[in-house]
Amino acid sequence: MNKLLLHKAAKPLVFLLCLLPFAWLVFGAVTDGLGANPAEYLIRSTGDWTLRFLCIVLAVTPLRVSLKLTGLARYRRMLGLFAYFYVAVHLLSYSWFDMGFEVGDIARDIAKRPFILVGFAAFVLLTPLAATSFNRAIKALGAKRWQRLHKLVYLIAGLGLLHFFWMRAGKNNFAEVFVYAGIVAALLAWRVWHFVRQKQKPAAARAPAVARVQPTKS
Amino acid sequence: MLIRSRDNGFTHPASSEITSRSAYEGRRDLLKLMAGGAAGAALAGWAARDAMAQTVAPGKLAALKGGKSAVPGAQSMEKLTDYKDASSYNNFYEFGTDKGDPVKNAGTLKTRPWTVEIEGLVKKPGKYGIEDLIKLSAQEERIYRLRCVEGWSMVIPWVGYSLAELIKKVEPQSNAKYVEFVTLADPKTMPFVGSRVLDWPYAEGLRMDEAMHPLTLLTFGMYGEVLPNQNGAPVRIVVPWKYGFKSAKSIVKIRFVEKEPSTAWNKSAANEYGFYSNVNPNVDHPRWSQATERRIGDGGGLFAKRRKTEMFNGYEAQVGQLYAGMDLKKFY
Repeated sequence: MNKLLLHKAAKPLVFLLCLLPFAWLVFGAVTDGLGANPAEYLIRSTGDWTLRFLCIVLAVTPLRVSLKLTGLARYRRMLGLFAYFYVAVHLLSYSWFDMGFEVGDIARDIAKRPFILVGFAAFVLLTPLAATSFNRAIKALGAKRWQRLHKLVYLIAGLGLLHFFWMRAGKNNFAEVFVYAGIVAALLAWRVWHFVRQKQKPAAARAPAVARVQPTKS
Repeated sequence: MLIRSRDNGFTHPASSEITSRSAYEGRRDLLKLMAGGAAGAALAGWAARDAMAQTVAPGKLAALKGGKSAVPGAQSMEKLTDYKDASSYNNFYEFGTDKGDPVKNAGTLKTRPWTVEIEGLVKKPGKYGIEDLIKLSAQEERIYRLRCVEGWSMVIPWVGYSLAELIKKVEPQSNAKYVEFVTLADPKTMPFVGSRVLDWPYAEGLRMDEAMHPLTLLTFGMYGEVLPNQNGAPVRIVVPWKYGFKSAKSIVKIRFVEKEPSTAWNKSAANEYGFYSNVNPNVDHPRWSQATERRIGDGGGLFAKRRKTEMFNGYEAQVGQLYAGMDLKKFY
């Protein structure tokens, strides 16, 4: 599996795969295949794909570590950038097809509708992450600060889920929301579990000392 | 050449005079082409008048023709929404919350036998079989704009008669102030009845003067055929100046009551959906603006601009007086 992941052709192939939903939407838009309300269809599907890519990119590290798939690491940046790509198309579709690029209307809409505000905030927060995704930015920031900045993705995923939740709240229709929330929650829970276990490892090395202290305490 | 009026041409056309299906469809394709090109934009409106001169039945269900209606406001001259869009983009939560769900799931709905019960404060309560109800008064074609509370709209040629005809027959008592419509809630044929989205059965209501208004249509068909299941077969109400959800589908009971009945969406979110729910561009839904709407199938498709929503969905001249002196911001 690792060999496959490290294959020369693998990355371009994944790149094309990630572009497929977009290509399919463009094809649908051109051939009038997006149903009765193509604008709504485009806006909703690009939102769905943003959530899916957030889930995929958040799954990279858990899969890499627990399955020892070191080769996965080289896909993380690309997958993250695809999440940004789809959210950008999502925002563009909304601004264009729903709001006709009326800046005043868009600003009022963002202020008026909490679910749009939350979605927009998630987009804004994702922007610096996309902007600092190239190697020079990592060097300039220093690995520590870069990593701290990119931890924002957890907050962004939460905001994205809240955006989706509120959007569906009008119809009390949460089945899909809970699927995405469950996936994100599981991926974040793995991180917490992994973090705790890593902390315990060096502690285990010091275990005899701890063990000697323990009895007196209890 | 004989100039045919709509009704005699419609009911008794010589077969030689009927535009062939292929010619008609060819014309539609041409129209689409014209609408697509920027240069054709101006011409499309002119061409659309011709295509609209009569409603051509889509040939999917049993025919149900309606004669020309003399009711003011009943003949919108706007371009009709494609039958395909009107019958595949629906809100009918008993069959799923996605607008693509009803057309997929409503096939299970059994529309025969069907009875509508008239009950409550009337002198002549009783049960009407659907066949008798259809024959109760002359069927008319009414071309109405439909404005959904979600911000989209269509133009649909309905077939039915004014609800007032039925109300007059059953003779409401003097204390009957409201009419309540109760719709079918059959978990066996409606997969989403029982979901927690709404209280079932879906119920709607009108004030008596609204129910008696000639534009309020007891509807049995659209596009010259009986209603498709997903559009509320076999009988529904259509109230063109109110948001679409007021127009209850697949009705099984019409009840005359003294007090304002509670309605499905009002029960679910009273601050978002009022009892009146008249189309009103000046009163926003708490979560979105109602000032504009997207007309489904508007020329230009994806790039079509949203339209300005009109007061009472453009029926102000006909229904405005019903609400004289009422604060429509309070009674939304």
